[in-house]
Amino acid sequence: MIFTVLSKGLAGLSPDFLFTSMGGMTGAVDNASAESGGPVLGGAYHGIVGTLLITLWATIISVPIGLLTAVYLVEYSNGGPLSRAITFFVDVMTGIPSIVAGLFAAAFFGLVFGPGVRTGFVAAVALSVLMIPVVVRSTEEMLKIVPNELREASYALGVRKWRTILKVVVPTAISGIASGVTLAIARVIGETAPLLVTAGFVNTINMNVFAGWMTTLPTYIYRQLMSPTSPTNTDPSTQRAWAAALLLIIMVMLLNLGARLIARIFAPKTGR
Amino acid sequence: MSSKSIEGTGGAGRAGDKVFSGITLLAGCLILLVLFSVAVFLLWQALPTFMADSADISGGEGFFTYIWPLVIGTVIAAAIALAIATPVGIGVALFISHYAPRRMAQGLGYLIDLLAAIPSVVYGAWGMMVLAPALVGPYTWLAENAGWIPIFSGPASQTGKTMLTAGIVLSVMVLPIITSLTREIFLQTPKLHEEAALAMGATRWEMIRMAVFPFARPGVISAVMLGLGRALGETMAVALVLSSGGLIASLIRPGNQTIAAEIALNFPEAYGLRLSELIAAGLVLFLITLAVNVIARWIISRHKEFSGAN
Repeated sequence: MIFTVLSKGLAGLSPDFLFTSMGGMTGAVDNASAESGGPVLGGAYHGIVGTLLITLWATIISVPIGLLTAVYLVEYSNGGPLSRAITFFVDVMTGIPSIVAGLFAAAFFGLVFGPGVRTGFVAAVALSVLMIPVVVRSTEEMLKIVPNELREASYALGVRKWRTILKVVVPTAISGIASGVTLAIARVIGETAPLLVTAGFVNTINMNVFAGWMTTLPTYIYRQLMSPTSPTNTDPSTQRAWAAALLLIIMVMLLNLGARLIARIFAPKTGR
Repeated sequence: MSSKSIEGTGGAGRAGDKVFSGITLLAGCLILLVLFSVAVFLLWQALPTFMADSADISGGEGFFTYIWPLVIGTVIAAAIALAIATPVGIGVALFISHYAPRRMAQGLGYLIDLLAAIPSVVYGAWGMMVLAPALVGPYTWLAENAGWIPIFSGPASQTGKTMLTAGIVLSVMVLPIITSLTREIFLQTPKLHEEAALAMGATRWEMIRMAVFPFARPGVISAVMLGLGRALGETMAVALVLSSGGLIASLIRPGNQTIAAEIALNFPEAYGLRLSELIAAGLVLFLITLAVNVIARWIISRHKEFSGAN
């Protein structure tokens, strides 16, 4: 499978593909390039921008919430009903179908701002619903393995609990937390279904997450396959889809590698 | 002077303590609130569908008649996926945990993680462009030679975009989940049990059957349930691979549809009652997956207590 994506995707991956959008690309253009054998025009720049912006916003929303919840679960709760409920529902949230998360965000913003609101920000909210549980789980695991001696040493020096958490516990676990967050990003960056119902689809570059529809790489792939720009010559669209798929896989791989690297670079600091 | 400053920082520290613990508590409650509001908003937006005249719903015979084929389609797709992924997943997990040499086990582990990391739309694209055309031949053969079985009745699809293809793609997607979870559970089997079985003269396979499987059964069941949850909610693979239609028994003809794919395909153009219909469909999907996940988690938590006693 990876071989297929590589062999079909490399052909379409060019600087042009990376830095042009689909603005002004019509079926006629594709027909012309298919007939003359010229290069496939049009690219995924708008998709790349959309993917990065939406994922960035999803991260901005979900990392603080996820981190603080994990801190609550590990440091403050005493295994009471509330913390057990949170743990349980975080587990359940991991299993929410991505499209339901998308529907939730669409329904929520539809109720607040009138029906049919589709912006990058709505998509970011949908993605953060998917992302929060992953962040909570990984952060929780990392905070749990911070040795208790460190906390006690800090208390013994008269440091307040919240300063202890911020200055001792979290910095000790930061490598694990960072790699957990990176993995969470890798998980949501490839999500398609929620974006389809929340961010819409456009051919032009949109840098503003709060207004207007946005395209991301996954929805770009989906659109190119399901409704090719030129119905008679689907090859250019297919090629663009494979190139975008390759790009997406490369991004996910880089994030995964990055997570491993972060974990490895910061690991000695824990002194264990 | 000095005592004053100590008191001063003490006061600020106490306030900071309160504020910080309040914030963390708030974040925790926010998560509960989010899950709760997911259910509430879906219900709110879906209400018009349940209120509406049954003739106005797509299909003209009420919401239940509309959603029923979709639920069945969703279940069929997930069932195919599990029927393939469960034996393979357990086999691979067993191989990694009990048979493979260490180096190879590591390599396989990486490969499984890699499979898990690939975005679903890429799987969908692969299923649509590569797998479906490749399966046309086998489907035609099945229709000719096994057509008397209802699920293989012909004429076979000439594009290969059928329920069976969608199920196969789904099985590749849930395989990493089942494999990695069951591997963890197989590895947790008490070494003493295994060694005792081997000491009694059991072969390796007998040891696995007598010591590993009974220990791991609840965990394996819940891993399969989690895979089921994923397969039920998976959208893009089905939306791209399946050429949808009404509910039919044959798996190798175009037809059938799942809830998630129905939403993804129709939502961008939907408005008014249709929109609330799709959200109602999403609500049904949410409830199904919620039930599956809760059961799976419950089995796992029971299993945890059980293994803690060992």
